[in-house]
Amino acid sequence: MNSASQPAFHKGLHRFATALAWCVLILIVAGALVTSNDAGLAVPDWPTSFGSLYKIPPMVGGVKYEHGHRMIAQFVGLLTIILAVWTQRVEKRVWMRKFGWALLGLVILQGVLGGITVLTLLPWYVSTGHGMLAQTFFSLTLLFSVFTSKRWIEAEARGLQASEALNLRALSVLTVAVLYVQLFLGAAFRHGGLHFLPHIIGAAFVTAILLWTSIKALTAYGAVPEIKKPAIGILALLFVQLGLGFAAYLTRVEWGRDAVQPLPSMVWTTVAHVTMGALLLGKAFVLAVQAHRHVKPASAAALDEKVATA
Amino acid sequence: MKLLIIPSLSKHSFVIVATLAGAMWLLAGCEQKKPEAGSHEGHASSAAAPPQQAPAPINPAVTGTVSGVVTFAGAAPKAATIDMSQDPACVMGPNAGKESVSEAVVVKGGKLANVFVYVKEGLPAGNYGVPSEPVVIDQQGCRYVPHVAGAVAGQKVKFLNSDPTMHNVHPDAQANSPWNITQTPKGDPIEKSFTKPELMMKVSCNQHPWMRMYLNVVPHPFFAVSGLDGKFEIKGLPPGEYTVAAVHERLGEKTARIKVAEKQTATAEFGFGATQ
Repeated sequence: MNSASQPAFHKGLHRFATALAWCVLILIVAGALVTSNDAGLAVPDWPTSFGSLYKIPPMVGGVKYEHGHRMIAQFVGLLTIILAVWTQRVEKRVWMRKFGWALLGLVILQGVLGGITVLTLLPWYVSTGHGMLAQTFFSLTLLFSVFTSKRWIEAEARGLQASEALNLRALSVLTVAVLYVQLFLGAAFRHGGLHFLPHIIGAAFVTAILLWTSIKALTAYGAVPEIKKPAIGILALLFVQLGLGFAAYLTRVEWGRDAVQPLPSMVWTTVAHVTMGALLLGKAFVLAVQAHRHVKPASAAALDEKVATA
Repeated sequence: MKLLIIPSLSKHSFVIVATLAGAMWLLAGCEQKKPEAGSHEGHASSAAAPPQQAPAPINPAVTGTVSGVVTFAGAAPKAATIDMSQDPACVMGPNAGKESVSEAVVVKGGKLANVFVYVKEGLPAGNYGVPSEPVVIDQQGCRYVPHVAGAVAGQKVKFLNSDPTMHNVHPDAQANSPWNITQTPKGDPIEKSFTKPELMMKVSCNQHPWMRMYLNVVPHPFFAVSGLDGKFEIKGLPPGEYTVAAVHERLGEKTARIKVAEKQTATAEFGFGATQ
């Protein structure tokens, strides 16, 4: 690729994108606090809060969580607008400009979904959609940060051979897919649509697939930092997440069965479990993207072999 | 690189994902909670509200009474302490310096309070009318008062806010339409009615998550709530044989078959226990 067509690295844009990703994670924490504190309907109207678009209500009780969540969401929305405009102005890669605007569209959709769930009194399927879109948005902002990084821009695809025993491209997509299913099962339980049992059963599947993918990735491509780093991240986060899931089950389902109000142990284990889930999904996205960038498709590898033996 | 990654799924991977997705779809049809034995939150009553009917044949000169006591056997569960510190206004006024405890299971001297007792079966068909006086539910010290109440289907329920803080009144109705309305400190009352019978409708406040009460809507006026002494009394019943039910928010339902004679008082006793 010649320098004229190679995209330029914009340090400011990359740092901004990274900061946005962190803010989205904080927003996910804020959202999880709303649900864990049963505060989803503490502010009954939307898009106003107690009839006003700008006045801050007394931040006590459940209002503190719900309105706090809305304020952080507005800030994230503003950051996303800046990101989209900034990307449009400086990015040579057309797909990245489109990605920036797509992020803006997503965050607007997420805001609307949040409003709909409040106005319709938190039906489980709308709240679940809101939760799933939140983690999707986080994963995409994380990818945006990756795509604007110096390492990504200056590196080229490694053209690694697909291993016979491992189709990392397929496995990494499967990893993302099973995490989405598990996210749905967890969010649906959290919002009253499903029993917790499918989520626990799902955890066994997810653990098996994530372990398989990560270990295989490290075995086959352990010397490739773009693959090694997210694979290790997934392994580490998986074990933390399993522990948090068990803690959340104990505090919320077993010990908290007859609790008269959300207890700190219930709140923090569930919030941590949601947040870790978001990080895990984000890492899985990164692994999938890196696998597709650096590992040749199995069909291309087969063709190479054919050509070589011809 | 292209923005859109075309997934290069192998056949096996696809089958796994499709199976999981299919299972997810099927499971999404499952309700989270199958009603546990004795749990009555938000259940529609078996006695459906009849359409406009002729007035029920009640001769006030010969009506009888059902009275009794609701008891609790075994060690009463320790009432959980409520932490109201997230809103300073909640620990002012009547709550100042006092420990707030849960009203979920209130037992005093072996007697169980807050049990909704009502005539479940046996009433003559007819329209029993709707009282013109509203059922009044107040919010005092960040608690709903009373903790359990009954209303006739169609009767007005008036929610007051006597607290110096904002509340939102949120009936989580199942048979009726749910709603969620903010009430400013000492603000205007909220007056609503519920037209369909529904037992143990949870009414909560999302600004103060410990606040809850249970409203029971039935198609007739023959109900009562047991007091701290466990006692209840239902007056004005036509003579006849009835099934009377006692429902508790956690301990479930007990029924008793009684016979009310003209101008007599029949007794019904209900016993709940720690092993419910």
